[in-house]
Formats: sequence, structure tokens, C-alpha cells
Amino acid sequence: MNNFTIAVLVRNQFGVLNRVTSMFRRRRFNINSLTVSETESPGLSRITVSSSGLETDKKQLINQLYKLPDVCSIKELNITESVTCELMLIKVKNDPESRADVRDAASAFGAKTLDYTRESIIMRLTGTSRELDAFTDLMRDYTILEICRTGIVSLERGSTTISKMEI
Amino acid sequence: MKLSGADIIVRTLIEQGATTVFGYPGGQIINVYDSLYKYREEITHILTAHEQGAAHAADGYARATGKAGVVIATSGPGATNLVTGIATAYLDSIPMVAITGNVPTTQLGTDSFQEIDITGITLPITKHNYVVGSVEELADTIREAFRLALSGRPGPVLIDVPKDIQTATCEFTEQEPITPEPRQAAKEIRIRDAAECINLSQRPFIYFGGGMTTSGAQDELKELAEILDAPIGCSLMGISAIPTDYPRFLGMQGMHGHYACSMAMHRADCIIALGVRFNDRVTGNRAKFATHAQIVHIDVDGAELDKTVSAAHSMRGDLKLTLQKLIPLLQQKKLPEWRKTIEGLKAEERRTLDNRDGLTPRSAVLTLNKYLNENTPVATDVGQHQMWTAQNISLKKERRFLSSGGLGTMGFGMGAAMGAAIGLKERSVLVTGDGGFGMCLNELATAVTYKIPMVILLMNNGVLGMVRQWQTLFFDKHYSNTVLERKTDFVKLAEAFGATGYHAENLTELDEALKKAFSADGPVVVECMIDKDEFVLPMLPPGGSMDDIITKVGESDE
Repeated sequence: MNNFTIAVLVRNQFGVLNRVTSMFRRRRFNINSLTVSETESPGLSRITVSSSGLETDKKQLINQLYKLPDVCSIKELNITESVTCELMLIKVKNDPESRADVRDAASAFGAKTLDYTRESIIMRLTGTSRELDAFTDLMRDYTILEICRTGIVSLERGSTTISKMEI
Repeated sequence: MKLSGADIIVRTLIEQGATTVFGYPGGQIINVYDSLYKYREEITHILTAHEQGAAHAADGYARATGKAGVVIATSGPGATNLVTGIATAYLDSIPMVAITGNVPTTQLGTDSFQEIDITGITLPITKHNYVVGSVEELADTIREAFRLALSGRPGPVLIDVPKDIQTATCEFTEQEPITPEPRQAAKEIRIRDAAECINLSQRPFIYFGGGMTTSGAQDELKELAEILDAPIGCSLMGISAIPTDYPRFLGMQGMHGHYACSMAMHRADCIIALGVRFNDRVTGNRAKFATHAQIVHIDVDGAELDKTVSAAHSMRGDLKLTLQKLIPLLQQKKLPEWRKTIEGLKAEERRTLDNRDGLTPRSAVLTLNKYLNENTPVATDVGQHQMWTAQNISLKKERRFLSSGGLGTMGFGMGAAMGAAIGLKERSVLVTGDGGFGMCLNELATAVTYKIPMVILLMNNGVLGMVRQWQTLFFDKHYSNTVLERKTDFVKLAEAFGATGYHAENLTELDEALKKAFSADGPVVVECMIDKDEFVLPMLPPGGSMDDIITKVGESDE
């Protein structure tokens, strides 16, 4: 079992996300993370999906994606050859005894405080999924009230882009 | 020319060459039916008894003609009744365009009367589907649907048209019929690698499926077989792509395939698989499937490669174009040893053939064969009769065997046989069972209304034979809900519908009934009585390998 990340350019049509995720569900592919957003081209959206499975699963997933008419382009993003990050908002209890430790950890990870009240602190952290996991793990020593993560986004290093077929 | 959306739908269908369509009217598609009335000189609409029958008829029309079948239904239940028909076409890669009406755009999503999310429902059983958002995009959406349905690996496409889009108007300019996406051969380098592998083979076996008919690569197939001195087998979907009596052809492979064909495939050292997808009914236990063989797999759908069986050489490409590039790279073979093995297997198959006197499933199909001409399309339902037909039918031309291979839809045959008869303007044959016929016999009314020449050979054994066979073999003869014990008089039933019916207890009666049926004007039901304990043999038990093949069921077992 390997983790892999795939970027998919899709036509920005009504229901396109449903088409993609419906295929994942039907063919029983895992989705570890999924993000969708508009791109530099108005008609296109970019889906970044990370999944896990055998090499054959990955091939099958890519081949099944190609069969969706709304899919314009697909690229597997190699972890070392791309810049990948994720954003997390985390709300922890503001406890006078742990406050200083939380602040130290946040500064070590580069997390920014966005909201500070007597009862709670909201911090924002961007980084790799692993960094976010590590920070979350650290925060478990205190009281985590809520977590919200975006899922990963990724671009290839250098000037290469995901090639676009005609729309 | 300014037209309403409804007119645009019908004009675009005519433009795309869809001059016969199947369907059933209703409230949210009534405008389209008004346009069908308006343009009735240019387009024929066949009104079926049920939307499912219409979908199967459009499917049968497509299978027989190679054109996209068109089916039209209203919103809600009209649309949901299409689902089995669309899924049947999807699993067998049949080009179909389904058009459904829906409630006006402003009412979508409010659970209006007869509103259903048919695009959501059909997402996993269509190549693509659309909800049309404006009348301006309607014509191009239909054109795109035809292009998708017919390109690459064909399949069904659904277009859902809200009522307000049907009534809105816009400018319409007729265009040329679409051309499917250009076909492409597989990559040269892959073809070269595959050729090397095939050239080393001592026991090559060619195995083709439905993709053979879609690609029209029969000439290349025969050339390949001659060069390799190889036997040919097919999947259920491949039947009729080449003549049944073609000398190198061993017939169908799989769970109930021909003995020689299945064994030859098992013994081969190289399987050249053309337009097939190695379904579980073909491979049995995948771990034990063709363990001695290198597989060379060519398919137009890349997702079929290495999906269930991993091939030594897999290539995405059109069969015809790829074979044209592959064949010149192959060395002429002479394989007397392999030939001898095949001849031995064929002799073994002849020994196990059911040659009993009297009316048996096999003798019934052999009797039917006498009356087929080379153009007669033969449809089946699903079950024992389907396998008996697949094993024993004799066909000369491509697109003449219509059977629900992937989905295994009981009730498919009635609609399919009607669609094929209409598409080819030929008398069609339906071989069915009392179970399958019971599911869609309402379409007998349609066949009578349109005077569709059809011979319905109904093998009546009073049981759901295929399930019962499994119960006999694997469930200690617990015949749970497979004994029909119905009191239906099929001769009277046929007559009540306005058709003709015959009843045959023996071969002579069957022969006489068929003789009359094949000269009748409209549909004729020929009921022939089959013993409930008849088996489909050989049988590869589910999940078994060729070592587990059952060729005989002992008397003591019964």
C-alpha cells in the first residue's frame, strides 16, 4: 500500500465533483484527502486527491478518471518533485497552566494565532500533512476543542504545468 | 429558423440519423411527443408497453444495426423504468441515447410531482449524462451525446430536459451527423513487444469479445489466426462476430462455454485477448486462470487492461488498427502438435455432447437453426435457455446474437428482439424461458400492434432453471422459490394479446410449429416443454478452475 497524490483538471460543470467522487465510491477507491478549487483558467477546476493503494489500484484509478468526459488532464504528483501543503485551523482550550507551552509549540511550528479569548485559542498552521499531524499530536497534551483541515494542495516544482487538453 | 426546444430535440435526432426511436409519453415530455407528431413523416416512434421495453428495444436496435439506439421517456417513473435498460446497455457497451423530460427548472430539487434526479441515479450506468441548462445548448448537447455514445468503447448517454427548456425557443441550424472520435492504434513499441512474445508461443489461442464487433476487425482476426495457426474462442458477447462454423472457431469460453474452447484456453501458452474484459464468468478463480499462458491484451478502454487479470502485454487501442500493425510483425507458424491437441479436445467435446433423442434443450435449438436465414437476429433472455442457445445456435453474420452478457437482465430479450427486427427489417427470434418471458411479456402487445415479425421460442420448464441448477449442485436441492408452478396457458396468452401461439411437447410438434411461425406475419409464441431437471453443461463452478469443470451430472445425483 502506497500513498499517492493525483491532480485532475476538470471542466467546471455543475455536478463535476459528484461525478469524480461517485466513481471513487463505485470502484471502492479510498480518498484520504480531496480539495477542489478554481484555477487560472475560468472554465477549469483543479481537484487534488490523495489516495492509497497498490500500484495496480493507482493505474486503475487514473484510467477510470480518464473515462470521465469532464476530466481534461490528470497528473500524478511525485512528492519529492512537487510542493505540497495543507492548511489547518485548530482551537485549543486557553488554560493558564498550559498557555505558555501552547505558545511555544505554536512558535516552533510557525502557527499563527488568529483568535484569542479567555477560554480558547485558534491557531492557523500551513505545512505538509505530516507537520500538521505532528502539531495536532502535540496539542493532544492540552485540550483540543475543534480541528478543521483543508486537505492537500500541490504543484509541481519548476515551470512544468499540468498539461491541458482542449476544452 | 427559430424552433422550440421540443422541436430542436426531434430535429437533432433526425439530423443524427435516428429515424426510429422507442419510448413512452408522459406529462413532462408531452411537448417532445407533439414534435414527434409534427415530424412523423421523418421519424418513427415505437410506443412500447413499458419504458423498460423501450430501453431494451433501443438497445436491440443498436446491437443489430451498430447505430445508436434512442429511447424517450417522461420524468419520474418513466425515467426510473429506463434504468435496467440503460444499465444493460452500459455493461455490454452498447451505444444508446436516452432522453428524459423533467419538471421545469424552477421546480427542480423541490420534490415536484413525478420529479426524480435521473442524472444522479444513472451516474454510474452511463458514459455521461446531462441536465440541459438552456435551450441554446440543447442541440449541441444531443450531438455531443451521440458522439460520446458511439466513440471509443460505446455506451449509453442520458439527457434530462426540464420542461421549460422544451418550450423555450431559439435559433436552430441543421448540421451534419457527428463523426465518432478518430480511432487509434496502440503504441508501436507495445505492439513490437507483444509480437515478440507471440512469436515465441507454441500454443497460441485467440480470444475475442464484444469489442470485435464494435471495431469490425473480423478480417484481421482471421488473418491473425491463419498466421499463428491458432484456434479462436470468444466470450458470450463475441458470439456471431464470426460465423459459428468458421473452421478455427471453438465457440464460447467461460462458465458454460464449449468444452474444447475452455480447455484450449486453459492449455494455451499465449492468449491473445481482443476486446474482452476477463469477467469472473470467464475466468472462474482468477488465481488459477490460464496459469501457463502469457496474456496479450488489446482493448480500446485502457481501464480494462490489468483490471482483473494482469497481462504480460497490454495495449490500449482500436482492435482493427492495432492488429493491422501487429500482423506484419508476426512469423508464420505451423503447429501440428497444438492442432492435434485441439482436435483431441474437439473429439472429447463431441463425446460429451447431448445427443439424446427427442425434445431436449439442445435438439430444440438445433431445430430452430434450420429456420434461420443468414440475416435472422436471435435474442435471448437470461438463464439456462440463454446458455443452451449460446452453445448451439448457428449464426453466419455479425450483430445477429443479442444477449445481456454483462448485467444478465431477465426480460431483456422481448424488447431486444423487437428492436432488432425493426432495425434490420428482418424477422427476429427470441429464445426465452418461462421466467424471463414473464418479466417483459407485456411487450407482446407492442409486437402485435406494429406487426413485428418475431418467433418467440419459449422453453417452458416450469422452474427458474439456472438458479435451480445451482440449488441442485450447491444447495442440497433446496429448491427455494425456483419452482414457478404457474397455470399460465401461453397459447391462450399469445392469443389474448392478438398474437398466435403454439404448444410443442415433442420435436415433431416443435418443427411444425416453427415452420408455421417462420411464415407468419406478426409475432408467434412457440412454447416448447423442457424437463425441469435439464442442466446447462459443461459448468465451471463459480470461483472454480478448469480442473473443477463439470461435464456430466450422474443419474444417481438426480
